[in-house]
Amino acid sequence: MNWADLRWLVPELVLSAAAVLLLVADLFTPAERKRWLGWFAVASVVPAAASAVILLGDLQALRSPGVRIFSDTYTLDAFAVYFKLVALGAVALVSLVSLEYFPGRTPHLGEVFALLLFAGVGLLLMASASDLILLLLSIEFVSLSSYLLAGFLKRDPKSNEAGVKYFLYGAATTGVMAYGFSLLYGLTGSTSLYDIGPRLGQAGPAVYLAVGMALAGFGFKVSMVPFHQWTPDVYEGAPTPITAFLSVGPKAAGFAALVRTLSVGIPLEQVNWPLLLAALSALTMTVGNLLALVQRNLKRMLAYSSIAHAGYVLMALAAWRSPWALQGLLYYLLAYLFMNLGAFFVAMVAADATGSDEIPDHAGLSQRAPWVAAAMAVFMLSLTGIPPTAGFFGKFYLFAAAVDAGLLWLAALAVANSVVSLYYYVGVLRALYLMPPATPGPLPVPAGLRAGLLVALVGTLAAGLYPQPVVLFVETARRLLTG
Amino acid sequence: MARLAWLIPLFPLVSYGVLAFRGRSLGERAPYVAIGAMALSALVAWAVFLEQALGAEPFVWRAAWAVGGERVITVGYTVDPLSSITVAMITLVGGLIFVYSVGYMHGDPYYARFFAFLSLFCAGMLTMVLANSFLLMLIGWEVIGLCSYLLIGFYFRRRSANMAQMKAFLTTRVGDTLMLIGIMALFWQFGTVDYHAVFESVRKGAKEASAVVRLGPWEVPVVTLTALLVFGGPIGKSGQFPLHVWLPDAMEGPTPVSALIHAATLVAAGVYLVGRAYPLFFFTPHHEALVWVAWVGTLTAVMAALIAVAQDDIKRILAYSTISQLGFMMAGLGVLGYTAGLFHLLTHAFFKALLFLAAGSVIHAVHTNNIKEMGGLWRCMPVTFWTFLAGFLALAGVFPFAGFWSKDEILLEAYHHNPAVYVLLTAAAFLTALYMSRLVAYAFFGRYRGPEHPEPDPWLPEDYERAGLHPPGHGHHHRQPHESPPVMTVPLVVLAFFALVVGFVGVPGTGPDGGSWIHHFLKFEGFEEAGIHAPSFSWPLALRSLAVALAGIGVAWVVYGLRWVRSEQVRAWIGPLYPFLRHRMYIDTVYGWVFVRGGLALATGLRWFDVHVVDGLVNLVGWVTVLLSRLHRLFDTYVVDGLVNLVGWATRGLGSLLRPLQTGRAYNYILVAAAGVAVLVLVSLWRL
Repeated sequence: MNWADLRWLVPELVLSAAAVLLLVADLFTPAERKRWLGWFAVASVVPAAASAVILLGDLQALRSPGVRIFSDTYTLDAFAVYFKLVALGAVALVSLVSLEYFPGRTPHLGEVFALLLFAGVGLLLMASASDLILLLLSIEFVSLSSYLLAGFLKRDPKSNEAGVKYFLYGAATTGVMAYGFSLLYGLTGSTSLYDIGPRLGQAGPAVYLAVGMALAGFGFKVSMVPFHQWTPDVYEGAPTPITAFLSVGPKAAGFAALVRTLSVGIPLEQVNWPLLLAALSALTMTVGNLLALVQRNLKRMLAYSSIAHAGYVLMALAAWRSPWALQGLLYYLLAYLFMNLGAFFVAMVAADATGSDEIPDHAGLSQRAPWVAAAMAVFMLSLTGIPPTAGFFGKFYLFAAAVDAGLLWLAALAVANSVVSLYYYVGVLRALYLMPPATPGPLPVPAGLRAGLLVALVGTLAAGLYPQPVVLFVETARRLLTG
Repeated sequence: MARLAWLIPLFPLVSYGVLAFRGRSLGERAPYVAIGAMALSALVAWAVFLEQALGAEPFVWRAAWAVGGERVITVGYTVDPLSSITVAMITLVGGLIFVYSVGYMHGDPYYARFFAFLSLFCAGMLTMVLANSFLLMLIGWEVIGLCSYLLIGFYFRRRSANMAQMKAFLTTRVGDTLMLIGIMALFWQFGTVDYHAVFESVRKGAKEASAVVRLGPWEVPVVTLTALLVFGGPIGKSGQFPLHVWLPDAMEGPTPVSALIHAATLVAAGVYLVGRAYPLFFFTPHHEALVWVAWVGTLTAVMAALIAVAQDDIKRILAYSTISQLGFMMAGLGVLGYTAGLFHLLTHAFFKALLFLAAGSVIHAVHTNNIKEMGGLWRCMPVTFWTFLAGFLALAGVFPFAGFWSKDEILLEAYHHNPAVYVLLTAAAFLTALYMSRLVAYAFFGRYRGPEHPEPDPWLPEDYERAGLHPPGHGHHHRQPHESPPVMTVPLVVLAFFALVVGFVGVPGTGPDGGSWIHHFLKFEGFEEAGIHAPSFSWPLALRSLAVALAGIGVAWVVYGLRWVRSEQVRAWIGPLYPFLRHRMYIDTVYGWVFVRGGLALATGLRWFDVHVVDGLVNLVGWVTVLLSRLHRLFDTYVVDGLVNLVGWATRGLGSLLRPLQTGRAYNYILVAAAGVAVLVLVSLWRL
């Protein structure tokens, strides 16, 4: 092992050190100052993100598409850096709103932020893992932190239920995935994705078995049908900031890992995985949308909607042969980061006041907190895919990819699904704007939440109105991954 | 400075936003927002222009807007001599017209809305001029088309205004559609709509034999066809034959609108686009696209000048004059006079805006558009008269006013490159001096012929009545016309100053190389490559065009001023030509018959078919259906309802079957996941 290679791991190291420091500091921080730990967590994301950007600059200086270190187990390329930045954005925004959410609900404030940072470390590793072992370990790392976070409010039975269910489901699917990975190893004699690809040879039943089993683990992370069932229960029960985190962080990293595994490890020529994922994409978006239609609980509705969005993103993998596909996937996940986090943050505002997540209990928010309601309108329109929001451009790329790859039926189905989704997203706006509030009077919005909402709002609009930086970054990442 | 050029369209856009949302509460203060924004724009625009004039490099800024595989669609702006001088002109003329409007539109119940529309128009126009690609240009183009529509119909209760706005929108749409097809053809050929990339490809392609399309018996090179399709847009927007018919009717809008939009800027957008896309036209085989441009322009110039001689409405005369002058510009561009055509665009903007504003001042005073009901105004409206006179001399092309220099450039180019065009344009120049002198003689000299008590305006909108207000140029009247307030006359004086001096940039010897400054500043690189040199200024030709202008003025003076020959007599001499011109060569009439009535007749015919044939069939089907329904009813009650109920039961049953899948029991979920893996694997084995 070459010690100099550690410099490519600086973002992970920074975040790990911050998390450990935070755990220790937690012991010595008096209860009334615990909020400082949260600010520390938010601040520690900054050097991690900065170092990731600097590493990208180093890569460009080396004129190298990416470096592989530690016997090819870890790859740093623009694709990985992109996902690292998305993950760090999620960690920072969620830490910010957690500052307002957890005090008063739990005395163990420091651990929330430590766990968030640890989960962040796992996400960073997932984005770079190019070896089955590291992939499995990083997924487990993220999962274990997430189980704890989901069940963190131990006096709340729903949170408890969420944590336990998440754990049981995750353990089972990860086990299946590990089995699939072991088959891949058995078939090729290597755990490195770079070796597996060339050695896989002609596809036989064992290859399909391995791919199918591996998909269970990835499917769990990204809430793909039929591995989606934990989603509504966990999203509803987990503390809302954690739900927001689960809906974007692990999901984006799951897609990163899935893309890398399939595109590097499983050659298209041997296994026609785009076709398989086209079917799964169609299934996922339709099931998610249909079930979202009947939900009255905002968090549950967003859970099903997040399943539907996983379906849209899977379209990119189904249309992998088109140059638009990866662009669409990358752009969409960034747009999704902003708009979905924003939606969950708004859910927190009203839930704080009424103690309920039911959509009718959000009635009249436009009168009680007009800016929050307006932000929610932007998020809902963006989730539907209406210009000039980021969601529109994301969907545009994905649909274009599907059309470009000749999957007209899938694009048509996605358009139909988007139309259906308008119904339940606008239903939220109807409650916000047209129904009278149960209790009048302005609603206080705490500062951290306001900051988080603002970032999400600006991100959703900026990525739609001025997409150049994202588009160029995405284009670089695409060229590097696909050569 | 060029890096700040994006601010130029932004200020009016912000002003539009403010006025659109806060206009009502701003009330009387609304114009200050609009004027302030225009002043800021003008500041930046002039800084950018002066920087270019001092020799700064052209600057292009691009941002990727969408990336599709290898194709990148960019938006951005381009700062070069052409765009910088045009935005400088637009912001200056626009700002002056905004100031004038404060006086002209004062008391209008929709004061803020008027300035909101004007601001949006300027934002669109400046975007269109600064755009770096056909895409952004098209966006600006459509915005100004929309604003033109909204402003022509600003007095929206007046039926003629509604008809005019519709006519303008539909007529220009014909050209816009062709242009859109042309732009799509460009994208299809070159994979980009970026100006620079497209023009480079066209330039390189010019050296090779180009692909051809068969159109009936003709074989047309693809690039020529594309250029001509793109030219469709300018034909519509710049009022070129045969799509010029909307422009005279557009005078239904308030006079500042006529000055800004339908004289100085919007209608010049088409000429600007031809100048901007000059390589596309120039690099066609044998410059054949330019030949088309030249002939369309020449035809338009002569036709509109002829019609203008026989009109009585002051704004219509100016409108036909605008069409004719736009024809001059197109013809100039077409006869390889790149600089000449664009130079005329700039000078014309100043003096035509001046003429419209001064005409507005006249209408404001005498409450009529008919020049035969005016007369003797030079005495009671001195500022208006002298400024109008400056505009008139500039338009007629009298030394040393602006129009003399720019029109002479066009004639010079035509003389060297296309003698037939030269002859026709000289005739048009004679007619220009003639109809303008006729206008001046009727309106400003002789005796005041206005009615003592004008009829109340029949269309006077109820909004205005309720507010106790009168729209400009209508309603409350004075026995004796009087001069307009300073807020209106000061812009006139400033514009008159420019109408005198702006042509001096075209005086030979002002440029560093002995030629004129404008030739040095605005030049087309392709000429040098092709070995084409701009002809140098020649005094004999200049004197000849001056003589033509003076001859026009002289003839008009003999007939309308001194009345040595009475105009009735002239009418008798020319016989049927007079009604022909009076009725605008019956072009509008023919369009009315063919397109409007034809369209209506087609619609009526289709309706008849619909009512009698389609509905008959439908009714027949209905009858049969009713019959069958009765039979089916029995079947329905017992069989279909039974099936429906069965489906209901089945769904509920399926629901109950599926319900355990989402009960919240984790082990059920895991079972489903396991089954999912099994199905995935089986499906893969079976299909992949």
